[in-house]
Amino acid sequence: MTMPAQAMTMPATQTSNVVLEARDIVKELGHGAGKVRALKGVSLSLNAGELTLLMGPSGSGKTTLLSILGCILTPTQGSLFVAGQPTAGLNPEQLAVLRRKHVGFIFQSYNLFPTLTAEENVRVALDVRHQRGSEAIVRAQRALQQVGLRHKLKSYPANMSGGEQQRVAVARALVGAPAVMLADEPTAALDSENGLAVMQLLSEIARDKSRAVLAVTHDPRTVPFANRVLRIEDGLIVGEERRTEGVETVHELARNRKRKANA
Amino acid sequence: MTFTLAFRNLFYDRIRLVVTLVGILFSIVLVAVQLGLYLGARTMIISMIEQADGDLWVMAYGTKNFEEAQPIPAREKFAALSTPGVAKAIPLITSFTDWRKPTGGSTLVVVIGAEAEDNGLRPWNVIEGDVSGLGARDAVMIDKTYLAELGVNGVGDTAQVGASRVRITGLTEGIRSFTVTPYIFTTLSRARSLLDMPVDKITYVLAKLEPGADIEVVRRQISQKVPDSEVLTRDEFRQRSLDHWLFATGAGVALIGGAILGLVVGTVIVAQTLYSSTKDHLNEFATLRALGSSSGYIHKVILTQAGLAAVLGYMLGMTIALTIVYLSEHTALPIVMTPALAALLLALTVAMCAISALSAIGKVMRIDPAMVFNR
Repeated sequence: MTMPAQAMTMPATQTSNVVLEARDIVKELGHGAGKVRALKGVSLSLNAGELTLLMGPSGSGKTTLLSILGCILTPTQGSLFVAGQPTAGLNPEQLAVLRRKHVGFIFQSYNLFPTLTAEENVRVALDVRHQRGSEAIVRAQRALQQVGLRHKLKSYPANMSGGEQQRVAVARALVGAPAVMLADEPTAALDSENGLAVMQLLSEIARDKSRAVLAVTHDPRTVPFANRVLRIEDGLIVGEERRTEGVETVHELARNRKRKANA
Repeated sequence: MTFTLAFRNLFYDRIRLVVTLVGILFSIVLVAVQLGLYLGARTMIISMIEQADGDLWVMAYGTKNFEEAQPIPAREKFAALSTPGVAKAIPLITSFTDWRKPTGGSTLVVVIGAEAEDNGLRPWNVIEGDVSGLGARDAVMIDKTYLAELGVNGVGDTAQVGASRVRITGLTEGIRSFTVTPYIFTTLSRARSLLDMPVDKITYVLAKLEPGADIEVVRRQISQKVPDSEVLTRDEFRQRSLDHWLFATGAGVALIGGAILGLVVGTVIVAQTLYSSTKDHLNEFATLRALGSSSGYIHKVILTQAGLAAVLGYMLGMTIALTIVYLSEHTALPIVMTPALAALLLALTVAMCAISALSAIGKVMRIDPAMVFNR
């Protein structure tokens, strides 16, 4: 994919809190007669301090878009900027470096390493960033504390509930201090209570003014946690909704719940 | 963490680990036995040439090895001795003959005759009796490995060689023949008598050179004096014997071929199990890739896994190989294990596992990181 020189930098019109911008993203999958246009020109930006939901029916291109925004797939056409850096022309190793520096992932099935403890699972994310030793252990423990799993450091995934495993996955994504956190159906494998707890966690993480969170979901219960909801259909963004009020309410609810628990 | 990941991946599936280790173990034991037999054979083939105190060997033309030599005129000894640079010329007799067991029946033996005082080729590793005892009437020395084969129990027993009676006056340990034909040490004159060899014949002349003598010059001069015989340096004779027994007969090729087969089979088993282990952990490798790990990081995990399997398999394989070596120690075909062979086996095992890891690495390199979203 080649791009004109002026398109290789973030647009001047953008505000400083945009941490990811995609413009006119087209993605074709398959070959020959089986070729499918999964994304037909998607443009979006993710702002720091916001939790954005990407909602749409199955086959609408949600996961393909997430893969492209996370620099796992490369677009057939269009441009992508992550933390101000253009991704055009980068080879798989350079894209891996970009992911390592700026992107954190949360997966539907958690994708934890079954042979590693919770703490080790989080430390892997630091290890691939060449951050090792006692400092890495402290950071991993702090990340797990942040998601309320200080007491599960030495537990293996098999001995943890789905909600706990997803929180370990959140800690793993969080520990590298990424500018963008991308979550693929983070509540799909969880019961209602754990699903809401994970969304609460994501909305708290999104309040960090240096980080944007995008969650792909079709779970309507997650909407109150979002600052913004993008709707995708047939490979195109068909709607955008800002939800400032709703988020405040959710945080208020959470604060009230904590107050009650403390009392 | 690469070590932890590799270690846990390896031990996560115990059955697969056992299959991997059995593959490596089988390969190591097979290679160790084959190469150990090769080394043992090599040691046996050249032991007489190594022990004999001669820089140059005068022998019948075309002699292929120590045991199968034709007689040469005894006067060749004087031809060698009269050559400048030669300090000593020692006659030696060796030939196959029949040993009649006291219990009945006969077996083929190699009689080696040399005068003990010449120090040309004396029995070594003597565990009973004394070399000086060979001067006694009918005296011979044999290796204890062959007691049963020769139908005797030890020192003092008698047997018959040709038309003469022999009496065992001493035993050695570890002097074995590649042809599994027992060596019988005796004096030059008694060997001649046992072999019914004319008094003007011998088999070899060992020429010991004076310090500083040029071996090539001396060899040329002796050759001119003994036109009907051949003069070889110790190294040449050693190489010729090895070439004959190990390569002309195909014995060495079979042993080395067996070792290569062991390596191939081991590599295939390890490659197969590593590949299937990697396949099972593919989603984890894809997750690593999604987390931003470099391909080098993933290669390191797989290679560490292969290296761990190699070290574990090597330790188990060597334990079994050393047991076999120990059990073969007193047999006619001992298996030899040297530090160099042990180091070579370790290097081969690591190389075998590293090559096996290539198929797994190839598989990981082809994965689509997007699969992390599809599970």
